[in-house]
Amino acid sequence: MDVRFRTVVLLVIFFTGAFILRLFSLQIWQPEWKEKATTLTSDRHSIPPSRGLLLDRHGELLVGSRAAHDLMVLPRELPEMDSAFVAKTAAWTGMTIGELEEALSKAKRYSRYKKSNVRRGIDVVEHARMAASVHQFPGFSFRTRPVRDHIHGIAGHLIGEYAEASRDDLNSDPFYRMGDRIGRSGLERVYELELRGVKGRESVVVDARNRVRDTATGEGNDKPAESGQDLTLTLDRDLQAFAERLMQQKKGSVVAIEPKSGEVLAMVSAPGFDPDLLVGSQRGKTYNALMADPDKPLFNRAVKATYRPGSIWKMVQGLVALDEGEIRPNTRFVCDRSIIGCHGPHTQDNLSNAVIHSCNPYFYKVMQRVVNSADGKDRFERAAAGLDAWRNRVMAFGFGTNLGGRLPGTSKGNIPGSAYYDGVYGKGSWDFGTIYSISIGEGELLTTPLQMANLAATLANRGWYRTPHFIRSVGNMGKPSGLGLRMDTEVDAVHFEPVIKAMRQVVEDPSGTGRRARIDGIAVCGKTGTVQDEPRKDHSVFIAFAPEDNPQIAVSVYVENAGFGGQWAAPIAALLIEQYLTGSVANVNRLNRILEADLTDPYPEPEPATAEAVPVMDAQPESP
Amino acid sequence: MTRNSDILRNIDGLTIVLFLALAGLGWFNLISAATGPDGPVEWGLGTLHGKQGLWLLVSLLVGFLILQIEGTFFIRTAWLNYGAQLLLCSLVLVIGKKVGGARSWFGVGGFGIQPSEFAKMGAALALAWYCSKEGGLKAFGQRLRAAVIVGIPAGLILLQPDAGTVLVFLGFVFAMYREGLSGAVLIVGFAAVVMAVLTILSGAGDLTYPVVGEANGIYRFWLLFLAIGAGGILLLRNATLPRYRARITTRAIASALAALVFSIAMHLALEEVLRPHQRERIQVLFGLEVDNPDADYNIRHAKTAIGSGGWTGMGWRNGHMTGYGFVPEQETDFIFCTWSEEWGLVGSTIFLILFAGFILRILFLAERQRSAFTRVYAYGVGGILFMHMLINVGMVLGLAPVIGIPLPFMSYGGSSFMAFALMIAILLRLDAERFSVLR
Repeated sequence: MDVRFRTVVLLVIFFTGAFILRLFSLQIWQPEWKEKATTLTSDRHSIPPSRGLLLDRHGELLVGSRAAHDLMVLPRELPEMDSAFVAKTAAWTGMTIGELEEALSKAKRYSRYKKSNVRRGIDVVEHARMAASVHQFPGFSFRTRPVRDHIHGIAGHLIGEYAEASRDDLNSDPFYRMGDRIGRSGLERVYELELRGVKGRESVVVDARNRVRDTATGEGNDKPAESGQDLTLTLDRDLQAFAERLMQQKKGSVVAIEPKSGEVLAMVSAPGFDPDLLVGSQRGKTYNALMADPDKPLFNRAVKATYRPGSIWKMVQGLVALDEGEIRPNTRFVCDRSIIGCHGPHTQDNLSNAVIHSCNPYFYKVMQRVVNSADGKDRFERAAAGLDAWRNRVMAFGFGTNLGGRLPGTSKGNIPGSAYYDGVYGKGSWDFGTIYSISIGEGELLTTPLQMANLAATLANRGWYRTPHFIRSVGNMGKPSGLGLRMDTEVDAVHFEPVIKAMRQVVEDPSGTGRRARIDGIAVCGKTGTVQDEPRKDHSVFIAFAPEDNPQIAVSVYVENAGFGGQWAAPIAALLIEQYLTGSVANVNRLNRILEADLTDPYPEPEPATAEAVPVMDAQPESP
Repeated sequence: MTRNSDILRNIDGLTIVLFLALAGLGWFNLISAATGPDGPVEWGLGTLHGKQGLWLLVSLLVGFLILQIEGTFFIRTAWLNYGAQLLLCSLVLVIGKKVGGARSWFGVGGFGIQPSEFAKMGAALALAWYCSKEGGLKAFGQRLRAAVIVGIPAGLILLQPDAGTVLVFLGFVFAMYREGLSGAVLIVGFAAVVMAVLTILSGAGDLTYPVVGEANGIYRFWLLFLAIGAGGILLLRNATLPRYRARITTRAIASALAALVFSIAMHLALEEVLRPHQRERIQVLFGLEVDNPDADYNIRHAKTAIGSGGWTGMGWRNGHMTGYGFVPEQETDFIFCTWSEEWGLVGSTIFLILFAGFILRILFLAERQRSAFTRVYAYGVGGILFMHMLINVGMVLGLAPVIGIPLPFMSYGGSSFMAFALMIAILLRLDAERFSVLR
């Protein structure tokens, strides 16, 4: 054989071998080519999980899910659109021609081969109308996704918003993709991880233009979506709905707690909003209107607003003083009205009567004793040390804390101590005479409606409370740890009896300030408060619990700029208690009076009353 | 006379088996490439595989008829054939249909005919005639004339322009080499490739030089080449016996200078002559940075499709990359991707071995001839097939630049297949007559 023949043969064999080696390298040795092919030819769709439901304490559905539809467009499939067709399409989509053209050009800029949103949150009725003629509009299709369905439209503040994830959300958690929704506020936000579930995955084979051509088989990465866990709330659906009804045309807050467990039975912030209006296509408009409203309907007053508590504070003062040994139940002080004013015809009350008459000088003197009992080289130092000791006792009632709350934005209120006043007046420049207005729940003292309800629960329990909370169970896992922790005020239970007896009298006595909270057959204990808010009308405040023995419910009612505590807050509390304990309201007149009252005008009527004119106001029959 | 049937009994069966195997496999693969994974296969002359099937049948028929013709006919008409091909190649430049920027087609109804595919046959016959007449290519004049015979059709095709087919004409170098062209041609060719690669790589970026400042990196390569070359020549000079010294030194200096001139010419051609997209293709091949992010789209997707095949592939009409439009021109130039994705390393290796085996069989046939004409002709056919494989498969594997030429037997294209069928049929007839003729 010729050597040249062999050379050529070797060349052929050499290059064929080289090609086979190259094939081995591409097909076997370097798996990245295979992976790249899989990436290019498959499109992974995530399957949205259904979000956990929200149930009330009895398992009644509060928030469900329903389908909302988005109109999508695939620009590649759009026909040539003359102006008549654009107008027809716009009419079909329910958009103006300008909106439609903007949406379409945006979609085209994004991608010709990928679907874009044209219109979001189309409801069932409109979807039905549009779906019937979708075939006339090539390139358009619908995408269905679950949205929240607030079945009763209640407890919007507590439940919170479930809305489209922001760019920050997308960046901080890879779970979320463009267009996904996330709990924005309230429980939807706090329990987002539990509610959202686990996304499923399915991969499909796509072609070079990203059209789906085949479902992938045997990928092994596909998995179904896992639903989120249901939340069982502590709310009582009927009580919550009833409380919201009572607070219509009023500003303020209602909180009801089951004393022995700390479970919140109802929580209302008025004015409220219909949470269903924040779902779907009308969301943007509604949201802007709510944001612009001067009454701040989106603001959850029950946990975020801080008010001066007023006369309901007198029980705290009395209990601390009793436990400190500074007074005894029969300690009397002259109602001298020299430094601090008072109302009513009493002159020298003991503790119970001072609570019943809401005697201001009495509690001025009670706190004076407590604060000035501390050691120190002068009255300034004594006041500072005494105030801080007092502050610690008060904070054991949960004031000045967020009560272990997990709701975002939960306020702590303000229990001023020496550091606070040093900051305001300077160290050594103030004594009790400077700060005495906090003795009757005024001044710099700030509390939240939730803290006030917690005070009622603490009184009901005679000295302890469980941190108020909103969740009974997550999925079937029971109550999350850390909720409903037992806290002790360290005030001896015996000291509660004179105070509670007085609270009983406030409601039961024909001359009591809380007489409008009386319920036949139920032993209600309560205390009114009337908090000045010059130049507007006073805030009407009431806390109560019932029954006196083995209490089932503790309530705080705070009605802004409504008048005396006994006038509005007390009957609202009574209606709640009666509804909760008996399942109905016997006193229809009282109910109608509250439902019909419009207390949204904050300015006084022509004949303003300046004090809690007890006998006159409360002697009036509740209804003709 | 029974002579004709005796001769037909001598037709090489293995070549026919390999030919039919490659043709059948190619058509089978074209069905997949033309229809994609979805739906049933549609038939009819409107489909690519339908048209190709018709071409296959016609080609086999024509091939069968050719087998009946005496070999002397092809030898006597070699120049006529060559002239006719040149005429057609000239004519197509004038009345041809312009497709994809090149004027290389005669449109005949729904079918197109590419004269350049048949020109290979004409050139092979003419070269065989010339070489057999001269009894080898020993003298410079012989070599030059042989090169001209191949160069004229190549030049006409370059005018279309169809650079890929021109490159295929390099396949005749193997025939010329067999007939006496110096082995130095192959060495020079290899050296030229090395030089070209180094030129492209070093010319790809700018470097900062003292005094000169920023300039193309090619200058450093040239300086290095001069320095190393000078050193090498000095060493060589000291290592050789004095009586050869002058001659070897002169040759070494001449070679080095020729290499330098080649490199400079190459660099200038790259920078000045090539159009941007052609330059990009070359840069992509060497993994160099290109401005256009899509410049390597074709080859990247071709490699991805091949890689997706794995060991045994995804199965017939089941390739996702090729079936769903990720690979461009996958019925023609990139058809190897379809085969490779659907039949994997095993199938690809089988095809390459079949193809190489076919080439080697042709070379084997060449060597058993007493007739120089048949030998040269067979080397020409084998060389052309080899060049097709080198360029086409090299391209889809990312080893050669993207140059559009078909892969014989696989790519859609009637002219290409028919031209090869004719060439093989002529070869088989000539081979069958090997005992009865003495030329």
